[in-house]
Amino acid sequence: MNPQVLIDGLMAGALYGLGAIGVTLTYSILRFANFAHSELLTFGAYAALALSSALGALSAGLLEPIAPFSFGWALPLAGLVAVALTGLLALAVDAILFGRLRHRRSSIIVMVMASFGAALTLRSLIEFAFTSKPAYFTRELQIALPLGQGMRATPDQLLSLALAAILVIGVHLLLTRTAIGRSMRAVSENQALAGVVGVDVRRVIRVVWLLGAALACIAGIMSGLLVQLRPYMGFDLLLPLFAAAILGGIGSVPGAMLAGLIVGLAEAATVQLVGAEWRTAVAFVILVLVLLLRPQGLLGRAQA
Amino acid sequence: MPTDVDQQPGEERAAQGGMALIQVRDVAMQFGGLRAVDGLSLTLHQGEMLGLIGPNGAGKTTLFNLIAGSLKPTAGGIFIDDRDVSHEGADRRIGHGVGRTFQIPRPFAEMTVLENVLTGRQHQAGEHIWMNFLRGGQVAREERQAVEKARALLDFVTLSHLESEPARVLSGGQRKLLELARILMADPRAILLDEPAAGVNPSLLEVIIERIRWLNADGKSVLLIEHNMDMVARLCSRVVVMAAGRYLTEGTPDEVVRDPAVIEAYLGEAA
Repeated sequence: MNPQVLIDGLMAGALYGLGAIGVTLTYSILRFANFAHSELLTFGAYAALALSSALGALSAGLLEPIAPFSFGWALPLAGLVAVALTGLLALAVDAILFGRLRHRRSSIIVMVMASFGAALTLRSLIEFAFTSKPAYFTRELQIALPLGQGMRATPDQLLSLALAAILVIGVHLLLTRTAIGRSMRAVSENQALAGVVGVDVRRVIRVVWLLGAALACIAGIMSGLLVQLRPYMGFDLLLPLFAAAILGGIGSVPGAMLAGLIVGLAEAATVQLVGAEWRTAVAFVILVLVLLLRPQGLLGRAQA
Repeated sequence: MPTDVDQQPGEERAAQGGMALIQVRDVAMQFGGLRAVDGLSLTLHQGEMLGLIGPNGAGKTTLFNLIAGSLKPTAGGIFIDDRDVSHEGADRRIGHGVGRTFQIPRPFAEMTVLENVLTGRQHQAGEHIWMNFLRGGQVAREERQAVEKARALLDFVTLSHLESEPARVLSGGQRKLLELARILMADPRAILLDEPAAGVNPSLLEVIIERIRWLNADGKSVLLIEHNMDMVARLCSRVVVMAAGRYLTEGTPDEVVRDPAVIEAYLGEAA
């Protein structure tokens, strides 16, 4: 097997992992599978595109590539604002839709169906605003650097991998070492009890939306930078994201990242060993196998 | 945490005219066709240790849920420091200084014993996500203080040796002690204890009784639901009796156990 599979798999896996962290946090705390999560990824990428284009229009120097990467300062600056905008969008969707359904004590299936509706709406709005034509953050060409053992990676790819690793460690530390992380785990385990103990459950829910949206936005920007931007880019990632969240174990941040890497590597290996047409089937096969053989996932806990 | 258990007991201070801390005024709670609490009133004074007894189904735990904010009354009001808190949620009651335990203790089973106690500490800077990045020093300092206090409380409830274990490994009695430590983390002025003796082995029961005494000696008010009359008699000088959701009578433990109306309420249940 060509060792390049490892780099390709890690790149895809890092994207899946970041997206899956948001899915797993939302699922463990709000108790429903949010199919609109992947649209936050698309929104974040397009928000960064619009903002970086605007910054570039204001000052062409901001589009000049920062060596050795393919993008200029406009993209990281726009990315910071896009993260905030994606967080605000997630809070707005919760205030308009999910929060009201929670208040009415709607069933899980109603929440899931509502998330489908929210996904369709967001996707259509993005397509309306940006058209379905692929878009790019940069047209700069990058030469992949040799990493040894026949593997190559571009500086953008290596930066994305490093950023994903830093974010996962950061979120893991936030959950395990801080007061808000402790409150999030308490709400995840027993929301009613957390309220009685004095945990501000509404604040925890806001933090979960902000955190999940921020990671989705960064994953979207990474995807747009390494591949391209399309209104369906989030939708196409939906199955791998859920496969990674469930394989990792619902509620487990390291699990989501590890599972994202496994799904990414499995896809890359399948492309090379079986054929590219089977790539999308891999996540589905993993999802079915996990649900049948180890429903609690790799790092999740079996329900009592 | 109490340092001197020989000081003037809270009970004595309450008897000398302690202020009303919690007042339940004509409270009713209706579940469909069932009136679980029916126009009941009672007062818990500052520093008092009040027993609440009654046969099964009398509405004692429902009353606890109303005082703790887990339920909102369908009529009447709950007052803390003379302020109507009837429609505030459970998380706000902690802010008013009222903590509760459960008949069947409920720890966060997958979190460690120490983390369970720490969940009781609120209003830390670290609860705000940005503060963890912008004021790392303050967050770390507060967290250290919280951990120190949680460890002291675990020592107080004799669970120090289990601080790193997940709470699911604790026995029923240990879970009750853990709940006590968790609510003490919020420095409550009033503690609502729902059957702390139920299912607890005798040696651990003595620890629980002793700790409740210490807390009352430290000035904390205690409202105790308990079927174990020996425990009630050892701890409380005043007992309120409920039956069928209503106030039946009150008095010293000796008086109420000899009261014909109380005997009838219990025997009626047995019949």
